[in-house]
Amino acid sequence: MPGVLWLAALFVAPLVIIAVISLGSLDDAGHLVLGQPTLDNYARALQPAFLPAFAKSLYYATTTTVVSLAIGYPVAYWISRYGGRRKIALLVLVMLPFWTSYLIRSYAWMIILRDNGVVNSALIETGLLADPIQMLNTDFSVILGMVYGFLPFAILPLFVSIDRLDQRLVQAGRDLYASGRGAFLHVTLPLTMPGIVAASLLVFIPALGDWVTPDLLGGADTTTIAKIVQVIFTSGRDWPYGSALGFMLMGVTIVGTLAGLRSLRRELIG
Amino acid sequence: MSVPFESHGESVPEIRLSNLTKRFGDVVAVDDVSLTIGSGEFFSLLGPSGCGKTTTLRMLGGFDLPTSGRIELRGRDVTRDPPDKRPVNMVFQSYALFPHLDVAGNVAFGLRRRGVDRREAQQRTGEILDKVHLAGYERRRIHELSGGQQQRVALARALVNEPQVLLLDEPLGALDLKLRKRLQIELKRIQMDVGITFVYVTHDQEEALTMSDRIAVMHHGRIQQVGRPDDLYDRPTNSFVADFIGSTNLLGGTIEAVEPTSAIVRLNSGDRCVVATTGARPGQTIQLSVRPESIGISGANGRAADPPGPDYLPAQVEQVAYLGSAVQYLVRTHGGLGLTVLAGKNGSRFASGDAVALAWSPADALILGDRAEAVVEEAS
Repeated sequence: MPGVLWLAALFVAPLVIIAVISLGSLDDAGHLVLGQPTLDNYARALQPAFLPAFAKSLYYATTTTVVSLAIGYPVAYWISRYGGRRKIALLVLVMLPFWTSYLIRSYAWMIILRDNGVVNSALIETGLLADPIQMLNTDFSVILGMVYGFLPFAILPLFVSIDRLDQRLVQAGRDLYASGRGAFLHVTLPLTMPGIVAASLLVFIPALGDWVTPDLLGGADTTTIAKIVQVIFTSGRDWPYGSALGFMLMGVTIVGTLAGLRSLRRELIG
Repeated sequence: MSVPFESHGESVPEIRLSNLTKRFGDVVAVDDVSLTIGSGEFFSLLGPSGCGKTTTLRMLGGFDLPTSGRIELRGRDVTRDPPDKRPVNMVFQSYALFPHLDVAGNVAFGLRRRGVDRREAQQRTGEILDKVHLAGYERRRIHELSGGQQQRVALARALVNEPQVLLLDEPLGALDLKLRKRLQIELKRIQMDVGITFVYVTHDQEEALTMSDRIAVMHHGRIQQVGRPDDLYDRPTNSFVADFIGSTNLLGGTIEAVEPTSAIVRLNSGDRCVVATTGARPGQTIQLSVRPESIGISGANGRAADPPGPDYLPAQVEQVAYLGSAVQYLVRTHGGLGLTVLAGKNGSRFASGDAVALAWSPADALILGDRAEAVVEEAS
C-alpha cells in the first residue's frame, strides 16, 4: 500500500495536474484559466511547423539508443564474462559519472569540444590540424553528450541479462556446429533480447525528452520538441500549450514503449 | 595416420585418449588417462563426483582443453579442435535446451548451422522425434515439457546430427527413479538402433552396469579399472572398484599357508578362511573382497560338532534389515569381524542375537590387486 501512495503522490498527481492545465487557457492578462476546458491547445500542438523539431528529437533519441547499445553491449558482456570478482567494482565505475550533476557534465563537454577547447587545442598543438574543427553545436556533439549521459542506463540491464545467461546454452550452441559468431547470433543475442529491449527503452525515453543536451551542446539553432516545450513553459509562459505538447510527446513515447514490449513478448513467447 | 603403423591389422579405434591430463590451477582433475573405445560401444565413465569423469567428457566434446595428452577420433587428432569442428554431440546434464526455440527449433539447430536446408532439416527433425516418441511435439515450447520429455528432446537434438560419437553427461540424473529405469532401457534401445558410439558419464553404478558394454571406473582423476560390467563386479582389481561397484566386505589379512590352487588366510580379526589363488606367498598381507550375497548363512546348531576353522566362521547376528527381495544381516564373528550378509528371503530367517555359521566358496573371496602391489613394493 505505501507503494501505491508514493506512486499516486509522485507520479499520478503531477500527470493529473498537467492534464488539467493542458485543457485550460490564458486570459488577456496571461493568467491561467481552468474554468472552460478546451482541446484548442492540442489542435495548436498538432501544427506541422513542429514536425522538423519532432523529427530531430526522434533522430537524436534513435541514434543515441543505437550507439548506446553498440557500446554498452560489449562493455556489459566483457564485465559479465571477464569481470570475475571485480564485477561489482566495474559496475560502480560505470555508475561513477552520476556522482556529478548532469548539467555540470554537459558544461564539461562544452569545454572539451569547443573550437578553442581541449580536443582542438591538442590537435593544433601537435600540428595535426591547422584550423579547429567545429565539434560543438553539431549533431555529433549532441549525440555524444546523450550517449555519454545515458550509456549507464543501457549497460546495467544488458549486464543483468548477459550475466544471467546460462553459459551451457552457449556451449550447447557450439556443440551443435555453431561457430563463435553463430552461437552469439543464434543463442546469446536472442536470449539477451529482454536486456536489449529494456536498455533501449531506458535510453530512448529520456533521450527523447532531454532538452539540456540539445540546448548546451547543440547550440541555439538546434530545435528539439523537448526544447520547444521548455521554451513555451518558461519564456512563453503558456502552460496550457506546453502541457498539451508535453502530453503528446508522452503519447508518442508510450506507443513506442508498447511496441517495444510487444516485440519483446513475441521474442519470448514466439 | 601413415600406413606402416597400421600393419597390425587392427582397425583404428573410434576414440583414443592418450595420457590425457587436465589441471585447474593446482588441482589435477584428470590424471594421465589413456583409453580406447570401439565403434558402436556403449562406454561409461563411472565414479563419484569430482573423479574427473565429466572433465574427461568435456575434453572429448571440446569444451575444456587438456593440459597435456591427445584425443583422436578415428585416428584424427582433434585435441585442440573447437566443439563445432568435432563430429561429436553432447547431451548436457541439465539438457541445456534453448528456451527461445520450440522443440523443432531445438532439434533442427545443429542441422541448420551446418547449412542443411529448411525442408530437409524439417524432415529429419520429424524422423528423429518419431524415434524418441515425441512425434507431434514440434511446436511445443521447452517449458511446456516434462523432465522426461525434455531429456528426449536433448537426445533427439544431438542424434539428429548423426554424430560419430554421442557424449552423455548424467542425462538421467534429474529424473525420478521409475522414469530413470524406463529411460535407461529406452536409451540402450536407441543406442543399438542408431549404432552410434555412446560415451556415458554417471556416478550411478547400477545405471552403468545396466547399460554399458564397457565401463571405466575413475577415482581421483585416474582410471581404476576398465572392463565389462561382469568383469568389474566379479574381478575388481582394487578395493575402490570392489567397493564402488556393488557393495562388498573388505577384509585385511595375511596368507598363512599355501596350497596348489588355494591359500589359507588369517584375517586381522584372527578368523581364518580359504581363498582360491595360485600366486600367493606365506606371510604376504592381502586385502580380500567378499560380496554380501556370496556369504552363506546357516544356523550354528548343525555345526556345533565341527571345530571352528577355515571352512566356516561362527558369528552372531547383530542387525536384520528386510530389503523386500532379500534379507540383509549385519553379523559379527567371534574374532570381532563385522560383515554384511545378503540372504535370499526364502532361506532360514535369523533374528538379532542368533548364533550363526558363515561360509563362502574359496572362489568368491577375491584377493585385491592394490594391496598385493603395495606389499611387493614394500618387499623390493
